[in-house]
Amino acid sequence: MQKYIIRRILQFIPMLFLITVVVFGLAKAAPGDVLTGEMLDPNIPPEVYEIRREALGLNDPIYVQYWTWLASVSKADFGMSMQYSGRTVIELIQARIMNTLYLSLFALAITLAISIPIGIYSATKKYSLFDYGATTFAFLGLATPNFFAGLLAIYVFAFWLGWFPAQGTTTAIGLSGFELFLDKLRHLVLPGFTLGLASTAAYMRYMRTEILEVKGSDFIRTARAKGLSNQSVLYKHTLRNSLIPIITLLGLEFGTLLSGAIITERVFNYPGLGTLFINSITNRDYPVIMAINLILAITILIGNLLADIFYAVVDPRIRYD
Amino acid sequence: MQINTNHQIDPISAAQQKTEKSLSPTQLAMRRFIKNKLAISGVIILGFIVFIAVFADVLATHEPTAYDMYNIESKVSSENWLGTDSSGRDNFSRLVHGSRISLTIGFFAMLFTVVIGVILGSLSGYYGGKIDSLIMRITDLMLILPFLLLVLTIIAILEKISILIFITIIALTTWPNLTRIIRATFLSLREKEFILGAKSVGASDIRIIFKHFLPNAVGPIIVNATLMMATMIIIESALSFIGFGIPQPTPTWGNMITEATNLRMLENNWEAWLPPGLAILFTVLSINFIGDGLRDAFDPKSN
Repeated sequence: MQKYIIRRILQFIPMLFLITVVVFGLAKAAPGDVLTGEMLDPNIPPEVYEIRREALGLNDPIYVQYWTWLASVSKADFGMSMQYSGRTVIELIQARIMNTLYLSLFALAITLAISIPIGIYSATKKYSLFDYGATTFAFLGLATPNFFAGLLAIYVFAFWLGWFPAQGTTTAIGLSGFELFLDKLRHLVLPGFTLGLASTAAYMRYMRTEILEVKGSDFIRTARAKGLSNQSVLYKHTLRNSLIPIITLLGLEFGTLLSGAIITERVFNYPGLGTLFINSITNRDYPVIMAINLILAITILIGNLLADIFYAVVDPRIRYD
Repeated sequence: MQINTNHQIDPISAAQQKTEKSLSPTQLAMRRFIKNKLAISGVIILGFIVFIAVFADVLATHEPTAYDMYNIESKVSSENWLGTDSSGRDNFSRLVHGSRISLTIGFFAMLFTVVIGVILGSLSGYYGGKIDSLIMRITDLMLILPFLLLVLTIIAILEKISILIFITIIALTTWPNLTRIIRATFLSLREKEFILGAKSVGASDIRIIFKHFLPNAVGPIIVNATLMMATMIIIESALSFIGFGIPQPTPTWGNMITEATNLRMLENNWEAWLPPGLAILFTVLSINFIGDGLRDAFDPKSN
């Protein structure tokens, strides 16, 4: 197993390299370069930029440029933004990344808190009214586009019932401490549920299928034959084994949530990486676009790696050659 | 039924009839499919939406792109059955015409992806070795790259988007899943004796792939293609909604829902965004029902 983990980590490195190549390639394919963001001052003659371009190595062969780019990116230097002149890309990202992280973690928490209990209950009461209800919800949840669910949530819970705010991260300035925390939490509810909807539906189905599958296996029959109580068989034997694939999926889920956040943030006007990304696409702010691409791709890559390692550690039945 | 009664009377002739009349796996799957109520209701709903798309010109009461600045954001009336949007375009006519664009894009994006997926998956699964590991590394890479970001980035780089370019971008970014599925099917078939038999009588690679592998992989391909079409419709509407899909004023459901990014419209003009949203929901739901029905039909063990 140790061998497998080491091999898996070694596979991580070429993948990381390929991701940087792709993002660099996209950045090169995009019109404009690092200086375009500063080229707003009409008083500076173009020759000056030509000299600076030479000095920055933008006329070097492509592989030299790649290495220079990689060196600066590894120091978290993504250059200057083109839409907000005078601000570095990393400043912009730092200002928003935590909001997106909160939103994704909140959505993830909702997903797990809802889908796992319902999945378990559906599986134990197979073909009951509850099970059909959960299945219907799952079908609807998977078929509703994220943004439409968000709009419905705003319409019903913000405008109609007035329970939760429709937009942003905080209402009043001047709140502090626990009140601020509660206010932020209230703002997270609608976008969080919206973002988590599809995965809640999917996990509910996974959980149900997984439990039904484990229930039919030999070691559960053995446990029952030993005379263990239903409770003990369900929670100790079935559940533990059913949770393994679910937790593994979580590693992959994080990437889905982060990309899904783009649309959800747009609907709720939530100031996170997603809104920054869409604004950057609108204004063709390529340095920001590439930085967010790179950061999310690396996050997904790490998530996948952790999921694979976790799977190998938790489930000793699986042998890797 | 007749076979059954024969069986009781004369087992030998029944066995003969059985060999004569035995159904192909696809025919058996279709029989199971027809018995699936959910799948058939999916077919009926989708059929209805296709009908609307085909006869959009007849059903629409207005020109879907014609704007009328004197009649904006109007409510339901006998003139505008679902009111008008912020440019005074008739919502009902846009909804009806939107079905055309959504279904067309969903279908062709799916078709294009299936073609790429089948070609790469076949090459990978049939030849193995270096071709396989190359294709699989690219697949891994594509699956790591955040899909929506990648699509938006390409859209930003290309700057000008038409329906054809849009379909191409979607297809070029969604093929990896299908490629993996087809490769896996090929790998499981590769060691079968009938493949060895085909090889030993000197069948060409192309012939083996098209005559022996693909017909056996048709179940997973059809199921995944169907479910993929639903995903494509969601992707198109999501991208159009955030303003990077099919450019306005072309009526697509996603474009129509963009109206609701204005909170005033969201609160007061449900006519503008609710019907197209429900249209997407029902289309995707019906396609998913059909897809699940096909899966159960082709692989009865999966249920």
